[in-house]
Amino acid sequence: MLWACIYLPHLALDGILRRRPTEGPLVLVDGPINARTIVSANDAARTAGLHVGQRLSAAQALLSQFEAIPYDRESVDRWHRFLAAVAYRYSSEVSLLPHAIVLEVSKSMGLFGPWPRLESMLRTDFTDLGFRHRLAAAPTAHAAHVLTTVSDGQAVLSVDTLRNALQRVPIEKSRLPANVIAALPSMGIRTLGQVLVLPRDGLRRRFGAELLASLDRLTGDLPSGLALYRPPDTFDLRIELHHEVENQSALIFPVRRMVDDLAAYLASRDGGIQRFLLRLEHRDGRYTDVSVGLLASERDGAMLFEFARGRLEHVVLPEPVLALRLIARDLPAFVPAGRDLFDERPANALPIEQLRERLRARLGDGAVYRLGSTQDPRPERAQREATHDEVPVEPHPRPTWLLQRPIPLRGGDPIILAGPERLETGWWDGGEVCRDYYVIETSLGQEAWAFCAPDEQIGWMIHGWFA
Amino acid sequence: MNAVVPLSALLDARQVWRGRASEVPVGDQPTGWCALDAVLPAGGWPEASLSEILLPVDGVGELRLVLPTLARLTQGQRHVVIVSPPYAPCVAGWRQQGVDMRRVEFVDAGEKDVLWATEQCLRSGSCAAVLAWPHHADDRALRRLQVAAVTGQALAFVFRDRSHLSNASPAALRLELEAPPRPQIWVRKCRGGAVPAQAIPLPRSVH
Repeated sequence: MLWACIYLPHLALDGILRRRPTEGPLVLVDGPINARTIVSANDAARTAGLHVGQRLSAAQALLSQFEAIPYDRESVDRWHRFLAAVAYRYSSEVSLLPHAIVLEVSKSMGLFGPWPRLESMLRTDFTDLGFRHRLAAAPTAHAAHVLTTVSDGQAVLSVDTLRNALQRVPIEKSRLPANVIAALPSMGIRTLGQVLVLPRDGLRRRFGAELLASLDRLTGDLPSGLALYRPPDTFDLRIELHHEVENQSALIFPVRRMVDDLAAYLASRDGGIQRFLLRLEHRDGRYTDVSVGLLASERDGAMLFEFARGRLEHVVLPEPVLALRLIARDLPAFVPAGRDLFDERPANALPIEQLRERLRARLGDGAVYRLGSTQDPRPERAQREATHDEVPVEPHPRPTWLLQRPIPLRGGDPIILAGPERLETGWWDGGEVCRDYYVIETSLGQEAWAFCAPDEQIGWMIHGWFA
Repeated sequence: MNAVVPLSALLDARQVWRGRASEVPVGDQPTGWCALDAVLPAGGWPEASLSEILLPVDGVGELRLVLPTLARLTQGQRHVVIVSPPYAPCVAGWRQQGVDMRRVEFVDAGEKDVLWATEQCLRSGSCAAVLAWPHHADDRALRRLQVAAVTGQALAFVFRDRSHLSNASPAALRLELEAPPRPQIWVRKCRGGAVPAQAIPLPRSVH
């Protein structure tokens, strides 16, 4: 077993900064309205002398201009779960710890390469998403968690060296129960190493069985007992814009970020997406929905973005936009399109499915279609979009162009080339027809498919051209 | 005048034009009409190029001309795209000509988007042939289509009114269809060969 721990010291702050990069001082505040305290501060704020734990009133006395945003527990939870979903692509055993994500990687290394390589992949992913982090690896999840609080990048790969690594961890960073951390230093015990050599009976009598269990989980004598993270079956991401946007082009950047997040999420669960919704939120709870539908399930970020942008460009914004939300409920399995090894097409060919998506994105959902025959003999109903019944080929002559609405024949008498073929059907559904169809040559020499009333050969109506 | 020059040296230096260079190669894209294949320099449609078909009116045999090609391509599991046809295609009629309708995509594009859609399809490399009926295609637009056809290795067919005949065109092949009562095809331009002096009769499709 080898557990990697990704510790996210600035989870709340990074979640806000990644969508509203700011140079100025910014702090997160929490607590009752009359006693707000700073729970997180960015670099600019810290340089100005603000620090975590400070009262908001004290901070305002120190610095006149800074942004204070209320700490939103729900959004922090959401980011935490989102990052777990990102980590899920590296391992099926992912668990959430306070401000950290742990994942079991001993089996993943077979696929992604040895730990240094896997570590750099994890770092790249989290840095790209804009989250500061500290990484460590250890044979147990809790030990990895403890190591990240002490240093960054430490990797303890075997159980034998684990005790050594834990020796020097100060007791206040050991993540043991709070009462233990408060009591032990007064007994002269300052590192984890000292706790681990204490007689267990004495520890149990003084602090109860809970401490022994924590220590055993740390060293691997007890299984970690963590609940495994399971990725949700829907994707729902909301971004609040920090000013009102009246022009679509200003929405492109946040949409790109959201779609990239969606692609990361889809890749981690090896799924695809066929339909998602971009909700542009206006004032007072009004919103505009932009639906992005694809013909087949896809997951490539660049492609999803291209389609989303195509749809967005056609939207007329009725009001300024305050927030964006990306909702994906239907996440079908992703089946990569198979390609022939001896494919004759050029190497950089765009698959026909992608071409259809691109055309649909600009021309509309119904603009690209295939036609097939139906069982109905009436010309008006003999063909339908995208039906491929194995209907036998019609034995009687049929034109190549069909007129949507028959037109009367003008000019002189036509020459009959073939016919008649009588169609008498449809009496059961109100669309009754009773016509004699002929192939005729008009006085201008064109070949047409025309009908007239049974046995009459006058009042010709042209229904198609033999082009 | 005394110097004896071997004939092969003259030929190698390409100073002598030989009446007929070589046999016409059998085309990779036959039109399906033997009489037409025989006069075209490539033995069929010019490969990966734009072919322009000029019509006096719609419905004088333009589909009859290309349907054998579409049948051959679709039966070979290749995709064909029809961009904004002037009338609804009659599926039964197309199937009678051997076209596999499962491989034919129809695209409804507005007047402004016809050229865009055609170029996208040609450039994609996933279509064997693209048919389009552009209304406002100038020289530059056609040149774009020609380049796209080369990029995507596809056959491009553009159907236009006969009045465009007097304008120069970048198409590799220009055919003019003559209306009944004497339906026939004139080759007005063909890259890589002389324009035949005679028209080719276009037989009726049925009977």
